[in-house]
Amino acid sequence: MTATIERGSATAPVNSPKKAPARKRPGGFLGSSNGKKVVMAVTGAVMVLFLVAHMLGNLKIFFGRDSFNEYAHALRTLLEPIAPYRTLLTILEIVLVVSVVMHMWAAISLSRRASHARPVKYVAKKSQANGYATHIMRFGGATILLFVIWHLLDLTFGVVNPEGFNSTPADRMVSGFDASRWWVTLIYAVAVVMVGLHLRHGIWSAFQTLGWANRNRYRALRVTAAAVSVVLVVGFLAPPLAITFGVIK
Amino acid sequence: MNLTLKVWRQSGPSDAGRMVTYRVEDVSPDMSFLEMLDVLNERLILEGDDPIAFDHDCREGICGMCGMVINGVAHGEQRATTTCQLHMRHFEDDATITIEPWRAAPFPVVKDLVVDRSAFDRIIQAGGFVSVPAGSAPDAHSIPVRKEDADAAFDAATCIGCGACVAACPNGSASLFTAAKITHLSLVPQGQPERLSRAKAMVDQMDAEGFGGCTNTGECTAVCPKGIPLDAIAQMNSDYLKANSK
Ligand code: HEM
Ligand code: SF4
Ligand code: FES
Repeated sequence: MTATIERGSATAPVNSPKKAPARKRPGGFLGSSNGKKVVMAVTGAVMVLFLVAHMLGNLKIFFGRDSFNEYAHALRTLLEPIAPYRTLLTILEIVLVVSVVMHMWAAISLSRRASHARPVKYVAKKSQANGYATHIMRFGGATILLFVIWHLLDLTFGVVNPEGFNSTPADRMVSGFDASRWWVTLIYAVAVVMVGLHLRHGIWSAFQTLGWANRNRYRALRVTAAAVSVVLVVGFLAPPLAITFGVIK
Repeated sequence: MNLTLKVWRQSGPSDAGRMVTYRVEDVSPDMSFLEMLDVLNERLILEGDDPIAFDHDCREGICGMCGMVINGVAHGEQRATTTCQLHMRHFEDDATITIEPWRAAPFPVVKDLVVDRSAFDRIIQAGGFVSVPAGSAPDAHSIPVRKEDADAAFDAATCIGCGACVAACPNGSASLFTAAKITHLSLVPQGQPERLSRAKAMVDQMDAEGFGGCTNTGECTAVCPKGIPLDAIAQMNSDYLKANSK
């Protein structure tokens, strides 16, 4: 007796997948994924340099309100009388805004590519590279952006600051982080830690992106990235915590 | 050993696909992962069911044909091992194992666990060669190569094009593969004349195929059966940058 086995689609012809049509992607350096990463690395580096300077400036509050106010004033009068009031500061602000916008543009563009590249998600996926900081870059970046907006409204424009705009920078800072506004300090602390995590991956990643990393340098780069991140977190947290806990009045 | 498998079944490119649970009994710990699937497939055929399609060829870890995501890890959790070289002794008795294909838009599923990796071929075609008169094999040492360069080039050349790096990458990027293919030529004298144009052509082809961009997560090198290091990607980035700043 001959048994007939119904094999289903096993023996049915397998239609070969259509040859993936070349995607229409903008050409040129900025259209390439590598180019976008370079934009991210360079603008990221500009922002890191800014953060270091910003942190050093903030620490002036420990030398008294006058010291801090003088520094804030100096930022506006640098290059005077050669150039008008606020020249250098305005240039810096433009560079920063351009950096933030380009950094975000590259981040969003790369995230979209990433999600197009994996339309069907894994049922089970296990990370093998244990990089917590690495996996929250996009989330962290978005959090930082929200914080920056709040931060500008609070301490630059004074909109959400108890002292308002017509006050000295030091007054805004000290009132802004007053113990009664502990939640402001808390938001600030969370955001600063996010920046730290972002940079823990971001700094070494930027070196890799620009092609300056190699196996002999990875350790040093990761250590440097971690050290810079820790210094920034501590440096940025010291003034608000000191104010909230009444060390600076 | 007795195992429960949850396997991705997809009858063809246009099928949506789903996970199907199978029980496999009397598996020897000395079997390779593929042999274990062979056992299941024999049974499925006898039962008149459709066997699970998977790719394989050499079964000795050198051809790069095999590859599946096992318990969420490309080629399974055993480091520096292809699926065909992964043995069942690394699994617990009575374990439940999930098996999925590489998931990336540029690697469309042909059937079940088989994906079409011709996107890799097209990346190689874009520039992964040296244009020299080949002739007969040259004398050894006729072109001096530094030992360090020869070693690093050889390390990169061990890439078998399996695609695990793409499967593991959260961005679906083919950077490790492309970088390995670029680096193994760009470190030796024979590869110098086309070094920059090669990097540009291959990276651009990688983008055109629809792979994502690298964010230096390191997931690729962690699962790569040949341990291709991340600095290959730095080398590629450097060559690409130079090619674009000329
Ligand atoms: C505006 C909000 C921000 C967003 C949406 C954002 C997003 C991202 C993303 C998605 C990456 C790529 C992650 C990766 O390569 O794994 C990245 C990298 C980076 N970010 Fe940001 N970020 C933001 C703000 C910042 C700030 C304020 C700084 C500096 C203080 C910064 C510094 C860096 C650096 C240095 C890199 C590394 C570049 C590279 O990988 O080559 N980012 N950012
Ligand atoms: S780099 Fe490694 S994981 Fe990627 S294709 Fe080559 S051998 Fe496979
Ligand atoms: S079958 Fe050849 S590498 Fe696994």
